Amino acid sequence: MAVKLKLSTLAEGHWYEYAIRFVLGGAVTMLAGWIATEWGPVIGGLFLAFPAIFPASATLVEKHERERKENAGIRGAKRGRDAAALEAAGAALGSIGLMVFAAIVWQFATAAPGIALSGGALTWLAVSVTLWVTRRHIRRAVTA
Amino acid sequence: MEQYLIRFFAGGLMVSAFAAVGDVVRPKSFAGLFGAAPSIAIATLLIALLKQGPSYIAIEGRSMILGGAALAAYSLVSCQLLKRCQFSGPISTLLSTVVWFASAFGLYWLFLKET
Repeated sequence: MAVKLKLSTLAEGHWYEYAIRFVLGGAVTMLAGWIATEWGPVIGGLFLAFPAIFPASATLVEKHERERKENAGIRGAKRGRDAAALEAAGAALGSIGLMVFAAIVWQFATAAPGIALSGGALTWLAVSVTLWVTRRHIRRAVTA
Repeated sequence: MEQYLIRFFAGGLMVSAFAAVGDVVRPKSFAGLFGAAPSIAIATLLIALLKQGPSYIAIEGRSMILGGAALAAYSLVSCQLLKRCQFSGPISTLLSTVVWFASAFGLYWLFLKET
């Protein structure tokens, strides 16, 4: 399956689900800042990779997938968990991209902070997508 | 207090933006990449850059490498709990948070404790 956009999924969510995600993200960012203030940047830096997006997203994906299957008359609990597990597998690859982002900030922030942050973010995307494509090719080769 | 409010809104916006991208892309394994987006990092590092300067964010970046490794462990454990143990999303992610803390502070103890 090729990568594609499915904008209709945004309409499946309730407003409070998006509000929870906003509040959770804001709270974790606030907490990360407080930890860095209290215990310094070495400890604070660990929390910049704290799982903020994934818990809410996995729960939403599981719920929406389950509801979609149940509306179609299929038992959806297992399908919901499988969908969330697929997201988790993707997040594991994204985490490696996140480590590369962090390494770029570490190495280049002192010389060129703006470039380190923007270049790091682009590199996160490039590394994550490359790993995803590579994993897909390997899985296809193994199952063929 | 004002600084924390700015952090809250900046973090909320970044997390929501990356999560929305994850919502609309398919397949789901590809969408999952956005579950590990540098959302909190970008919001926090931008504020820290303005307040504390580039050397401070370089130190945070070094620690974040270990946090990222902990996030990879968290994601892999979440995946197994969902797929093999058939735990629900909230239970799996909650249990995996323990793995994140253990990995992050274990790696900190191994590599950064003396710094």
